[in-house]
Amino acid sequence: MAMRRIGSSSGPNNLFNICRGLSTTTPWLGSPDETKILRNGTTKSMNLFTAINQALHIALDSDPRSYVFGEDVGFGGVFRCTTGLAHRFGKQRVFNTPLCEQGIVGFGIGLAAMGNRAIAEIQFADYIYPAFDQIVNEAAKFRYRSGNQFNCGGLTIRAPYGAVGHGGHYHSQSPEAFFCHVPGIKVVIPRSPREAKGLLLSCIRDPNPVVFFEPKWLYRLAVEEVPEDDYMLPLSQAEVIREGSDITLVGWGAQLAVMEQACADAQKDGISCELIDLKTLIPWDKETVEASVQKTGRLLISHEAPVTGGFAAEISASLVERCFLRLEAPIARVCGLDTPFPLVFEPFYMPTKNKILDAIKATVNY
Amino acid sequence: MAVLLRKSRGALQFVKTRPGLPGILNSRIFSCSSYHCKSNNTSRNGYTLHSSFLGLPGYSVRFQASLHSKALQLEDHDYSVNDQDWDFPGGKVPFTTKIKFTADSSEDRIHCYRILDSSGHQILSNTSEMISKELAVKLYSSMVTLQMLDTIFNEAQRQGRISFYITSYGEEAVNIASAAALSNDDVILPQYREHGVLLWRGFSLQEFANQLFGNRADYGKGRQMPIHYGSNKLNYITVSSPLATQIPQAVGVAYSLKMEKKDACVVTYFGDGSSSEGDFHAGLNFAAVLDAPVIFFCRNNGWAISTPITDQFRSDGIAAKGQAYGIPSIRVDGNDVLAVYDAVRKAREMAIKEQRPVLIEALTYRVGHHSTSDDSTKYRALEEIEHWKTARNPIFRYRNWVERQGWWNEEQETELRKSVRKQLMNAIQVAEQLDTPPLTDLFTDVYHDMPSNLKEQERSLKETIKKHPQDYPSGFVV
Repeated sequence: MAMRRIGSSSGPNNLFNICRGLSTTTPWLGSPDETKILRNGTTKSMNLFTAINQALHIALDSDPRSYVFGEDVGFGGVFRCTTGLAHRFGKQRVFNTPLCEQGIVGFGIGLAAMGNRAIAEIQFADYIYPAFDQIVNEAAKFRYRSGNQFNCGGLTIRAPYGAVGHGGHYHSQSPEAFFCHVPGIKVVIPRSPREAKGLLLSCIRDPNPVVFFEPKWLYRLAVEEVPEDDYMLPLSQAEVIREGSDITLVGWGAQLAVMEQACADAQKDGISCELIDLKTLIPWDKETVEASVQKTGRLLISHEAPVTGGFAAEISASLVERCFLRLEAPIARVCGLDTPFPLVFEPFYMPTKNKILDAIKATVNY
Repeated sequence: MAVLLRKSRGALQFVKTRPGLPGILNSRIFSCSSYHCKSNNTSRNGYTLHSSFLGLPGYSVRFQASLHSKALQLEDHDYSVNDQDWDFPGGKVPFTTKIKFTADSSEDRIHCYRILDSSGHQILSNTSEMISKELAVKLYSSMVTLQMLDTIFNEAQRQGRISFYITSYGEEAVNIASAAALSNDDVILPQYREHGVLLWRGFSLQEFANQLFGNRADYGKGRQMPIHYGSNKLNYITVSSPLATQIPQAVGVAYSLKMEKKDACVVTYFGDGSSSEGDFHAGLNFAAVLDAPVIFFCRNNGWAISTPITDQFRSDGIAAKGQAYGIPSIRVDGNDVLAVYDAVRKAREMAIKEQRPVLIEALTYRVGHHSTSDDSTKYRALEEIEHWKTARNPIFRYRNWVERQGWWNEEQETELRKSVRKQLMNAIQVAEQLDTPPLTDLFTDVYHDMPSNLKEQERSLKETIKKHPQDYPSGFVV
């Protein structure tokens, strides 16, 4: 189940490995239910974009009123996530749109308001801002403002997010915090192929509009066994993916692989880390995080987005409210810098393994 | 990357449709997948990766893509070269040796379709075939009702009984006649000055009053400002304040009707100001490209709050923009009931039969202030308002015609006004006496199911209310 180890020539100075080392030992399996899925059905080793693609095939196959659209999705998408869909389901259900994000989301809201499942692709999360008004003022409030006479719950907006090694300002951003400030939508980010498939199917079938950010760094790099059948993973449910007793680490998406490596290194120094994948950022699972912090007494949150106003701040404040007397040290945030995402400085900008490891040690030894 | 990924698209877009150019086809695919290839081959700052790290090597990705391109393909092309024209995507483009820029607009302004002249005389002779006595009278009485509804609710706002109001004075014909030309199965995505459409569809005066007072019978549960009406049963999607956002949404709704082969279309309303918003352009372009059966109905009333249309655009109004998007368009006299009715009826027929969008620009005038928060005499001449209110009044004009047909008289007028006034006063009284929505409506409908943070906030708020009841308005059921 482990992600495939990448970079056979990785040495101690291999920055990629430091940034992005993916463990061969991580037990990505979660709850017993999920294990059952694997036992009962056949699984196949696949990468993240293929898992997304499989989820989209299942979504379109299982509901004739579902549609996939966005820039370049007709030929399979620039990240290949929509490969084969137009061929199988026809150009009326899988189609290119004009290059206009506000149009894509606005169109999706209207389609969803008629009871369809509208699966919209925004080519990069960095380009989602023209659609911000449609997401924030329209999709998020559609049900509330009509007194539940209308809703666009069938809308799912997919967008690749995050660092990729050479993306610079406009192919690297992690804009999740903007959307976490908006009641009425859900924000979901998967960490691996199997999670991506199960969570995406849940998002598509959820009766609320969802923004689903896909870690594009992992599209090809992350490979694991994924059940071939139709399965869903619960939203607003965090998962403890590594149990520990000294400190709790919370993250989501691609950052978890970096955090996992920091946990493994901390273990060598005798520090036992508990690692939580939040999965759904709003509405988020405070209880799982709280239970863990009550146990460990320490908390570290890590994300790629700039630290100021990032979602780590929200988690930190909430956990101080709930666990103030149990905390043994200040809550640590290891995040992106408060700069635009920089091209050649990316290795300096990133919340790397050693930054996390240092923060773990500082927190535990506080 | 932005340049590579986004700018290269236009140039390569048409090349991919040519099966005879596999090299270029692949280069396009490659330009996209090169994102990853680069990602995995770039050596920068010490980290080096090899393509073998990929889940799928680049080659097989391109191969897959080629297969799908073939599967999706695409008509045969004539690759012969001639010097008369260019077989460019979208049709043949003739060559010319004359250097000539297109004009900024056509010499003539787009003409304005009308049936009645300014005094209500019929210009065309075949109108009686178009419209029955029953429909003609209903059109008239609805326009009068709309005007009275506006007068009385506006007055209620002035008296402080409701917080806000917007009238449709001067646009009664646009409202009522466009609604009359539609079927109730047609879905409406309104802006906020089209409550006449809702009135035509059967929204009762009581239902209007309930929304304005935000009482517990308001379908919107008191959450939105007055005039943000919505009705599921009347296919009238709830008003939202942001301008033009409804326009691309209308295309999505229309696409759904198209896919389900419904004998219905979508009508979305907006003003001249909204035509400057990005969503207007997004919506028109999407509708044209996706062949969506939607009528874009622009009420060009000359003013966007205080901004006159001369500060809004340089084009020949809104109708001129349709052609650039490939949408058949018409300009109509918005103060001529029969012309609006006829134009919408024909537009509806085109939209449904031909499965395509249509744009209507109705020229009219906002006789009232923008809203009760506005005093339009600050920025426009009283004489101008007065002129439109009297000489160009759509109700007077239409009444002349209906009376000339022998279908309406003073007695009916008095009776109608008396009856509507009574119903409106009664509706206000009832609406005022109805309770406010229960406090729990503050928290429901944010999501399909209430999440734990909202449950916690509801519980906490209730405790605060118990502790400080004087801080909160009375009448809410906690």
